[in-house]
Amino acid sequence: MTRQMTGARMVVQALKDQGVDTVFGYPGGAVLPIYDEIFQQNDIRHILVRHEQGAVHAAEGYARSTGKVGVALVTSGPGATNAVTGLTDALMDSIPIVVLSGQVPTFMIGSDAFQEADTVGITRPCTKHNWLAKDTANLSGLIHEAFHVARSGRPGPVLVDIPKDVQFASADYTPPQAAKTSHYQPQMKGDIEAITELVEAMEKAERPVFYTGGGVINSGTAASQLLRELVDTTGIPITSTLMGLGAYPASGKNWLGMLGMHGLYEANMAMHGCDLMINVGARFDDRITGLIEAFSPKSKKAHIDIDPSSINKVIKTDIPIVGDVGHVLEDILKVWKARGRKTNKEALTKWHGQIDKWRETDCLSFKQEGKIIKPQYALQRLEALTKDHDRYICTEVGQHQMWAAQYLGFEDPNRWMTSGGLGTMGYGFPASIGVQMAHRDALVINVAGEASWLMNMQEMGTAVQFRLPVKQFILNNERLGMVRQWQELLHGERYSHSWSEALPDFVKLAEAFGAKGIYCDNPDDLDDAIMEMINHDGPVIFDCLVEKHENCFPMIPSGKPHNEMLLGEASTQGAIEAGGAVLV
Amino acid sequence: MAALKIKKGSNKHSAYNLRPTFSDVQESHTLAMRVDNEPGVLARVIGLFAGRGYNIESLTVAEVDHLGHQSRITIVTTGTPQVIEQIKAQLGRIVPVHEVHDLTVEGAAVERELGLFKVTGSGEKRVEALRLADIFRANVVDSTLESFVFEITGASEKIDAFADLMRPLGLVEVARTGVAALSRGAE
Ligand SMILES: Cc1ncc(C[n+]2csc(CCOP(=O)(O)OP(=O)(O)O)c2C)c(N)n1
Ligand SMILES: [Mg+2]
Repeated sequence: MTRQMTGARMVVQALKDQGVDTVFGYPGGAVLPIYDEIFQQNDIRHILVRHEQGAVHAAEGYARSTGKVGVALVTSGPGATNAVTGLTDALMDSIPIVVLSGQVPTFMIGSDAFQEADTVGITRPCTKHNWLAKDTANLSGLIHEAFHVARSGRPGPVLVDIPKDVQFASADYTPPQAAKTSHYQPQMKGDIEAITELVEAMEKAERPVFYTGGGVINSGTAASQLLRELVDTTGIPITSTLMGLGAYPASGKNWLGMLGMHGLYEANMAMHGCDLMINVGARFDDRITGLIEAFSPKSKKAHIDIDPSSINKVIKTDIPIVGDVGHVLEDILKVWKARGRKTNKEALTKWHGQIDKWRETDCLSFKQEGKIIKPQYALQRLEALTKDHDRYICTEVGQHQMWAAQYLGFEDPNRWMTSGGLGTMGYGFPASIGVQMAHRDALVINVAGEASWLMNMQEMGTAVQFRLPVKQFILNNERLGMVRQWQELLHGERYSHSWSEALPDFVKLAEAFGAKGIYCDNPDDLDDAIMEMINHDGPVIFDCLVEKHENCFPMIPSGKPHNEMLLGEASTQGAIEAGGAVLV
Repeated sequence: MAALKIKKGSNKHSAYNLRPTFSDVQESHTLAMRVDNEPGVLARVIGLFAGRGYNIESLTVAEVDHLGHQSRITIVTTGTPQVIEQIKAQLGRIVPVHEVHDLTVEGAAVERELGLFKVTGSGEKRVEALRLADIFRANVVDSTLESFVFEITGASEKIDAFADLMRPLGLVEVARTGVAALSRGAE
């Protein structure tokens, strides 16, 4: 049975049929018919953000914390261009979102009409795919296809641009079951010969290591379960990228901590010294590899990825396996068990011994002395006081982000929302709103830097309006801390524009929005202040004044290999050469 | 080590051997892809080459299946083996791209290009141009008392060679289609 309806109603119906319960958006002329439909129903909640960038990051936070597709709705022209940063962010981090944008009516496209922008053209390089819906008859099928593309294979952002006349016109609605099957069907199962080859290598390896990434999270919770089983039954140590934290629990006995530019000493040393590297859903990003020529020189490398273009892009792979992480891990476990659950026990014991020696370096140690809060201490206390809660952590971008990754422990997937690939300041606050919408009773904390936080601070209005009790935990060093750190290490301590003067009084700012503000600058008051934040039933801005000149260590300077990490202030002198300074 | 097998039909990346192929040698490859003939598909392909800094030596595109709304895009590109593999994998990621074939490695292929050459002149040069055109099996598709337009098809090298010969004989304008290519045999 077919049903006639307007394009605008189709949009809402298609969203419902795709299981969408929340849309983050901002209205404008070119989406008014859709907003009119939203007004006349109760199944889908619309969250009015204060800037379209916020809508897209909120959709990302929603998606990342649920495993579902996030949805944002924006108007034409400036609404669509404001969505570009969020789309690019989602593309880099493989987050499934659908952005619906309004467009001027088809008969005005190309005429430089009011609020016309070539949205499909502008967003082509920053979406996985995008469409201009030219015809109401195809609109519902197109939206279903958009969801399919966003969530299938390597997930990513898609955009559907919908001209206003297409929203007004009527046609038959196509439900998802009746939509024509997409030719886009990425390969899920890995090649069994390659999988067997990997299992053979695992059985023999003397110094194996799992290097896991966001792909494990994207593959779904089952993939994380399989990973845990594989790691714990084989006893192979595991490290993860920033994006993959939580797939394997931080309390797990084989956990090495995060690797990479600000990763843990033992994790990077294990990567450098291993003889078998098993990359599961990570992409050899430059924050991970450091100097390519010196990257893990003695290891055989296996790479499991659903995206063939990730394989051999930067690092030569000996055992490439194209497929979904969950499917491939399942097959690895099957083959490994069928072959008798073998590992090179003796060598593995020695390997763990070596790792324990590296651990003794205690690369995250710091001293909390005096009356100034060290950022690391603030996070250590935050961890201690919140880890038993049903907790979700978002971050902004900068030093605080790296410290959060280092000092907070993630026991489960989908609990950690951070902008990895694009490094988008301003991501964390709106993302925390998206997370809180999906998990109304959870403790959602955005670990922020004061500079990043200001980039999307307008979303305070959203948090207050929708009673979202998001906690904005700002590590306020009154500096663009990460920039300041690079200037100290790479640019002769010339601190060009890396501090913020005229910062707002964050407590008053919170109050101006009708929220709660908490200020803390004394380590002795910190626990009480954090408890006050947790116990407040509503949004909080926590202004935590921290040491201004703290640097984030360990650090692999750009252009250096993993085994040349800087561990603390003493080791930084002359450590960075001119060659490294050109890298970002 | 056995090469990675990806079953035909199970996935659109059948042309890829994902074993490492890192080397500095620049190779020229002819890639053919079947794409949905939808607006923007060519922009996606070209945007990929521009955005990631790959070369396009030649590009042809035309709808080949009117009912199925599918076009064939043929691209001649150069790069190291690693870059060529990346290009194929990146093309394969584009949603409306159905299949990518590397005709340079997937067995023998025929490659043809069509060129139109306008040559002006009189006397000995004009006669010589006509004589060479005959040797190259170029057709005269337009002529005036002081000009010819020759049409020539063949491999790009043949067309290059013809252009070199025509240049001193009064070549004033060239139009070339770029390469169209098909694999040989029944498959
Ligand atoms: C949108 C955007 N602009 C610029 C940068 C470059 N950048 C990276 S970190 C950083 C400083 C961040 O400062 P803050 O949020 O206070 O965090 P901190 O490093 O002090 O913890 C800057 C400017 C960025 N990542 N994103
Ligand atoms: Mg700061």
